[in-house]
Amino acid sequence: MIKSKALVRLTFLGAMIAWLILLFSDITVLFSSMQGLHPDVPVWLPRVMLAAYIIFLYYYYKFRIELDDSLNFTDLLWKVFATGLITTVVSLVFRLFVFMLGTTALATNIVFSDFICQINLALLVNFLLSALSSWKRLILYQKSKWLIRTWLLFEIILFAVLLYDSAGITFSETVSTTMNVIIGLLVLALAANMRWVAYLNFKQKWTSLLLLLLTFFYLAYFFYTVERSTEMISKETTAFLDYRTQLFIIVLASFIITYGIFSFLVILFNLPTSSVFEQKLEEVVNFQRISQSIQTEQDEESVYNILLESSVSSVFADAAWLEITGAKNDRRMFTYRVSEQESKNIREHLEKNNIKGVLDSGSEKTKNLSKHLGTMKGSRFRSLLAFPIVVKEETIGTLALLKELPEGFNKEMTRIVSTFANQAGISIENFRLMEEAFQNARYKEELKIAKTVQQSLLPNKLEQDKDFEIVAFSASADEVGGDYYDTLRINEHLVALIIADVSGKGTTAAFHMSQMKGIFHSLAQQLLDPKEFMQRANQALVYCLERGSFISASYFIIDTIEKKIRYSRAGHCPVLYLRAGSVESIYLKDKGAALGMVRSKDYCNYIENNEIPYGPGDTMVLYTDGITEAKDGKGEEFGNDRLAVALNEKAGASAKEIEDNIIKRLYEFSGSNNLNDDYTSMTVKFHG
Amino acid sequence: MVHIKRLQESGSDIIAVIGEIDASSSIELDLAIAKSVGEGFKKILVDCNALEYISSAGLGVFMSYIEEFRDKNIQMVLYGLKEKVANTFEILGLADLLHIRENKSEALKLANELSV
Repeated sequence: MIKSKALVRLTFLGAMIAWLILLFSDITVLFSSMQGLHPDVPVWLPRVMLAAYIIFLYYYYKFRIELDDSLNFTDLLWKVFATGLITTVVSLVFRLFVFMLGTTALATNIVFSDFICQINLALLVNFLLSALSSWKRLILYQKSKWLIRTWLLFEIILFAVLLYDSAGITFSETVSTTMNVIIGLLVLALAANMRWVAYLNFKQKWTSLLLLLLTFFYLAYFFYTVERSTEMISKETTAFLDYRTQLFIIVLASFIITYGIFSFLVILFNLPTSSVFEQKLEEVVNFQRISQSIQTEQDEESVYNILLESSVSSVFADAAWLEITGAKNDRRMFTYRVSEQESKNIREHLEKNNIKGVLDSGSEKTKNLSKHLGTMKGSRFRSLLAFPIVVKEETIGTLALLKELPEGFNKEMTRIVSTFANQAGISIENFRLMEEAFQNARYKEELKIAKTVQQSLLPNKLEQDKDFEIVAFSASADEVGGDYYDTLRINEHLVALIIADVSGKGTTAAFHMSQMKGIFHSLAQQLLDPKEFMQRANQALVYCLERGSFISASYFIIDTIEKKIRYSRAGHCPVLYLRAGSVESIYLKDKGAALGMVRSKDYCNYIENNEIPYGPGDTMVLYTDGITEAKDGKGEEFGNDRLAVALNEKAGASAKEIEDNIIKRLYEFSGSNNLNDDYTSMTVKFHG
Repeated sequence: MVHIKRLQESGSDIIAVIGEIDASSSIELDLAIAKSVGEGFKKILVDCNALEYISSAGLGVFMSYIEEFRDKNIQMVLYGLKEKVANTFEILGLADLLHIRENKSEALKLANELSV
């Protein structure tokens, strides 16, 4: 940066020095020629110095304008205009000075005239070169290889012309004519590059026109001034730097003027269509806003608002509304310059006229409903366009655009808004997917908690007695299950056992399980017989279980005095019992409906008391359906028979060994440790 | 996965359940029964010939309608249960709460008798 600043200063300094040398050498030459003396400086010096001045200034503007990226189109024109203004003001100051001198000797002095003429010429060249840099930026705005080459050729030719000027040689007529034609064609080819005009908005175009007009004015002024003073001097002598002999200045001026006129005309003729370009640009921006709204942590509401705004501004609608049915079936209205009552009236009118599937969510296609509005009285709107908002192939809402003019919407507008509506649909879909992902994460977290709760509901320690030993095992799948087992000592010789399976999974199951635990712990202590226990449990649960939910349970009371097991089965898997000395275990299939199935006092008709005696060496296995319904690779179930065999195999073994065998056989069968359900078993081995 | 077909025969609505009913597919069964009730059928037969498996949630669906059926005097009869499925009904004690028959003609007969 410092380097380029230094360069700017250096080139400006160089230009100043070159110009001063030019001025003094030219005046010297002129003065010598007037006095008939031989000049002390070579006659070619002014020409060469002009070339040096031009080159320095060229680079000065190259650094000032061409390499400054922050400039936009109007800024470029503004720079040209500003340079023009400064140079004109400076020129006018000198003019004023001359005017004030009046008809004094100095004013008519040819040397002084040359001095003024040279100043004006330098200012003109300065102005032209700043315009050249700006024009270059404009022409090369959208570069192509061909364009860059053409420009390069043009610059080389300009340079050649400059050399030609400073060398002071003259070519024959034909050569110079050919050169002129080539340069002329090149200028025309370059002047055709007007792409930047399309990017100007309406206001910028007006500004540009004004700036160009003023630029022409400056040029005209300078040419007039320089021409007049040159004319004056040339009447007296030819021994001075006459700009008319400087081809470079003529070529440059004609290029600047040609491109300026072209630009002016193109901008002028583009004025009426500029609104279309602006609109297109706005559409693109709006489209981007809709697609990006999702990434900027905005909510659905802002997507709707952006959609409404964008659609309205794209088709110049007078009013609009957006009706959305949310994820929770709630209806929301977004309106723009229309009251909800008005929109309701319109919808009712359309409904009354039996225009099916329109503004309700059943519509799938974009519809132009303008003709139906014509018959509506009291409405200020005469055009209506309706679009469905589709998310996951489901219409979640309607966008309605209104205009006060009849037939106010064309096909193009319909297409644009359709695109907006589609994009909004995608944005909302993405948004909902994201929300779902969050919900899932939260649900998983909840499940984790439920699982911890469920685990804590199972007993750490089971009741033991000299008459029997109890072991239990429970494993659950990823999801929270509803298996429950527990034991409770009622008194010295009575111990209560329960095994239950809550229908359903997840947090609800864990919740019902905790209820079951509460019921068990409160009712078991009251020394109820098993049937009574079930009846009361059912009574209690009816109020907490939702429709369709139930709990299967088996309740046992082991009486160590009478050596009996009294039990009641409420829809739970039949107990597996193996008598000591027997080789075959049996299932105790008794009657009993699950808890919560019959929600009245009638439940007593569906449950019964049962009793079996036990003896030393007997084994009782309680389990949940997760075990019997465990599947192998072929989809076959573990079943009651395999469970019975697993018990039979270890008839004489301890409770723990029997349980281990059941688990082993189960895992052997299902082939993997992947659980799909809850497995729970409670094994009771009798000793007494 | 479950597939549910409905067809009407001599004033009865026959709901054929094909496949397996688990927690997620039980919703479809629930919908089918609710539809049938909503359409005002007084005799609903459930064809379980092609029912391979039913989970507790599926049983819960049948169970949840018992009271409503009693109040509205609707007769529901299940028929053609596979042994395994029947066993599930049996264990849970639903066999006593629901009407279950061997085949369609018996089921129809029962439904007609009950609705008199």
